[in-house]
Formats: sequence, structure tokens, C-alpha cells
Amino acid sequence: MSLILDHVTYEYGIGSALPVKALDDVSLQIEEGQFVGLIGHTGSGKSTLVQMFNGLLKPTAGNVYFQGKDIHDPEYDRRALRGKVGLVFQYPEHQLFEVTVFKDVCYGPKNLGLSQKEVELRAFEALKMVGLQDEYFYVSPFDLSGGQKRRVAIAGVLAMKPDILVLDEPTAGLDPKGREEILNLVASLREKMGIAIVLVSHSMDDVAEYADKIIVMNHGKKVFDAEPKEVFAHVEDLEAIGLAAPQVTYIMKALKDAGYPVRTDAITIEEAKESILEMLHR
Amino acid sequence: MLRDITLGQYYQTDSILHKLDPRIKLIGTFWFIVALFLVKNFIGYAVALLFLAACIKLSHVPFKFIVKGMKSILILLLITMVFNLVLTPGRELAHLGPIKVTYEGLTIAAKMAIRLTMLIIGSSILTLTTTPSNLTDGMEKLFAPLKVFKVPVHEVAMMMSIALRFIPILLEETDKIMKAQMARAADFESGNLIQRAKSLGALLEPLFLSAFQRALDLAMAMEARCYRGGEGRTKMKPLVYAHRDYAARAIIYLFVIATVVLGRMNIGL
Repeated sequence: MSLILDHVTYEYGIGSALPVKALDDVSLQIEEGQFVGLIGHTGSGKSTLVQMFNGLLKPTAGNVYFQGKDIHDPEYDRRALRGKVGLVFQYPEHQLFEVTVFKDVCYGPKNLGLSQKEVELRAFEALKMVGLQDEYFYVSPFDLSGGQKRRVAIAGVLAMKPDILVLDEPTAGLDPKGREEILNLVASLREKMGIAIVLVSHSMDDVAEYADKIIVMNHGKKVFDAEPKEVFAHVEDLEAIGLAAPQVTYIMKALKDAGYPVRTDAITIEEAKESILEMLHR
Repeated sequence: MLRDITLGQYYQTDSILHKLDPRIKLIGTFWFIVALFLVKNFIGYAVALLFLAACIKLSHVPFKFIVKGMKSILILLLITMVFNLVLTPGRELAHLGPIKVTYEGLTIAAKMAIRLTMLIIGSSILTLTTTPSNLTDGMEKLFAPLKVFKVPVHEVAMMMSIALRFIPILLEETDKIMKAQMARAADFESGNLIQRAKSLGALLEPLFLSAFQRALDLAMAMEARCYRGGEGRTKMKPLVYAHRDYAARAIIYLFVIATVVLGRMNIGL
């Protein structure tokens, strides 16, 4: 079931000399199994927004509903919510702390109060899901490479079996190969587990291929909330707020300007390829 | 939640107190605290209060902001007061069962509360109006004569400024890790003492790790820029006394002497 933010505003430093509105009247909805790209440049409020999803932050105005229930209701079990809305923070490898990889992945499900057997089963499944080889299960997480650590951290959240998985800049600081691996992993997670994904990024290229819809944030406000093609049609508006359309969209535009009749709404390399081939065969 | 701690924080604004040489402020704070402990009657406290009020006014720091920092020590203050109130023998004022409140207890409790409050406000004015780097510069210069006795004054000052610089960074880091573990359904707020101590491991271990990592990085960066201690090192902004510093020094001494002299007179208050 879906997650709804209803006119959410979040202000910090209230009463101090400089109160900051990190979120300004944001309403949105995330459906079951949906892949949502959340885009904005640094300081646009993306990271604050995702902390609203699992109740780590409480809105100063507005409400958050998960499966039809207000999550800030005094009786609401927010700890269980965090198992349902899994949030992987930026640079999640910094949260690893256990002696072995396997134990670290057990941490989340154990906190949910599951039986030892269930905890271990889930940890095993999650590690398999993120594609970590068996030989790394019982080594210290600190002996792994950067990309491997990140996978382990994602597994740590996946092991709680969330309905929605939120990843805050999961590709930050990774090399192109690591980036590709993580993005493919995220896409495969939705396919295999059928869970909704929210991918936070400042790069359109990261989300263009998989997202069902894209939400664009700027200065704490929601600027766009639509299908990728519709959002990328507003290239000028995106550039005005320090963002860009996917690279391939620019290439197609340049081709069109040079007199080649190609489609300019292509947002993935695959689409661009088809459009160019179609033009050539004509 | 962790960001609410204002004790020891710097408040950015423009005032005569901000411009004053840190050495004057350090010396002034030191003597002010000494004076508070020498005072015996309420007249002395009144003079000290006058001095403190003038300083607050001159510092341009909102009074609200100063008081906010006091909240964290309110409990300590209350406990001290209650103990003095009920445990001091003397002339009885009122009693509740076996607990007696005496005239002497009341006076001591009041004096203690005034003294502690003024002591903390006084020293927070020092940190509110002086940047950490200025503060350590001042200390380094004040303690420079100790170099004769092979005390590594510069190194200690450098360590202090690094430590001060790391406080906000570590607080932010703590906040981040705490949230990351809470996102994995960690519970830092309920359970008994042992459970809580156990759950803190998930917070402290990554925190220590990142602190050591940062320290190593910083050491490397310092070495890359050829840092080799204080010998022969010059300052970009050397501390030099201006006229206002001498004037401030004179006023501070005058007030401190007045506080102590009036505060030790035998007038039965």
C-alpha cells in the first residue's frame, strides 16, 4: 500500500536567528511497486524529505500516512514502520559495526524482534540478493572494498523486508563500474522482490532508465512530479535550477538541430539507438 | 537534539567584546571567577551582577541565547540548592516531617545558586564572544613563559584548537549514525540500563572508527603541509594589545577589586 505526504513542511532552528525551511508544503504519493526518482541539487531538501518517509523526522506542519495510517499518531509503531520503509542513508558503509558481515546484516531484523532462525534466514537471503559471494559472509565488514561495503549496508536494510526501499545517493563516491553495479542491483530488486523503490540522486542519468515517475525538488519545494518524458521536456526549467536532462537527450537535440529527423524525447540510450536506426532505414 | 547544546559555543556578531584581545578576556574571566569565590555578602554579588550585566549588554549576544545554554546545568543547580537548603544546621525556619529548612541553609543555597549561575554565564560570555582559534591563540601567548620549563605550550594549544574544532563535526556524525541505525529499527531510548548500554555499541563503534579515520586524515594533511610544531612558527594575525585592551583591563581590575572589597565587608548579610 502507498505512502502519502500531505502538505508537509519542515523547519529547523525555529526560534533562532535563522530558521530554515527545509521542506515547504510538499505533497506526494508513492504507490506499491513504483520506481520513483527523487532529484534535486545539494541542499534542495531531498535528504530531509526521505527522513519524513520513515518518521525519523516529524513534520512541523502536515501529515504523513503509510497504509492509510498517520505515522505520527501516538499509538503508531514507528519502529515497525522503519522495517516497512527501509531507508539506506548516504555513504551507508559508515553504519557498519559488527564483527562479521553476516552479523551486521542481522542487526536490522533482530531489532524488529524476529526469531533467531528467521533473522538468520533473512540475512542470508538479503546477502544473496545483493550478490555478495559466500566467502565474504564471515569476514569483517571493514576488510571489504567500498562497493562491497555498500552492498552489505543495503543488505542490512533489505533484510528487514521493506515494502518501500529508499536509497539516498547510493552511487555517491563510487567509480563508474561500482555505480553501474549498484544501479543494476536496485533495478533487479524491484523486479525480484516487487518492492517500491525511491532512488535519490542529483543525476538524471541515474534514474532516467528505470523510473516510473520523477520528483524534482528545489529549495524545499516540489517543482515537478511526473513521468520522466514529461519532466525532461522542461530542459530549460531543469537547467535553471542547476539540473540537467540525461546526456543522451542533449545528443538527440543536437542531431535534430543539425537537420536529422530524430525523436528528441528519447531519454535512454536504447530509445536513442532505435530512433537513430529508424531514421537511417527510412 | 544534540545541536541544542550552546555551552561553549561561539555567537557570531559584532561587538566591543568580540574585538577585545582574547588574553584580556581570559584574564578577566579568571579574576571574575576568583572574585566570586572570595565574596561573602550580597553587596559583593550585586557589584558582580552589575559587571556581568554590563558585559552581556556590551556583547550584543541575545540574553535568550545565553539562558538557553544554562538549561543543561539547571538540574545540577537545583540539586545543589536542595542539598544546601535541607542539610545546613542552624535556626529553623520551617519543617516538613524530619526535613528542616534553616535560615543559614536558605542563605547558603541562595549564595551558591547566584555564584554558580554567574560563574557559568561569565565563562560562557568568554566563549560566546571569542572564536575557538582566538581562544587558543590567547592561551598560547599567555602561557608562553612556561616554555622555559620545557612545557610544550604550542603543541597543547594546537591540540586544544583541534579538539574544539572536532566537537561540532563529531556531534553531526553522531546524529547521522544514530539516524542510520534507527532506520535499521534500533532503539536508543527504551529498555533498561544494560540493554541501552548494549545498543550504544552500534552508535559508538562506527563513531570511534570515523573519529580515528578523521584524525589520521588530518595528521596526513598537516604533514603534507610540513607541520613540525611551534618552533620558528609565525602567525598570520599576531595578537597585539590595542588601546581599548588596556582600558578594558583597567576596568576589569577596578570591578574585581570593588567586588572583593565590598563583598568581604562585615555587614551581616
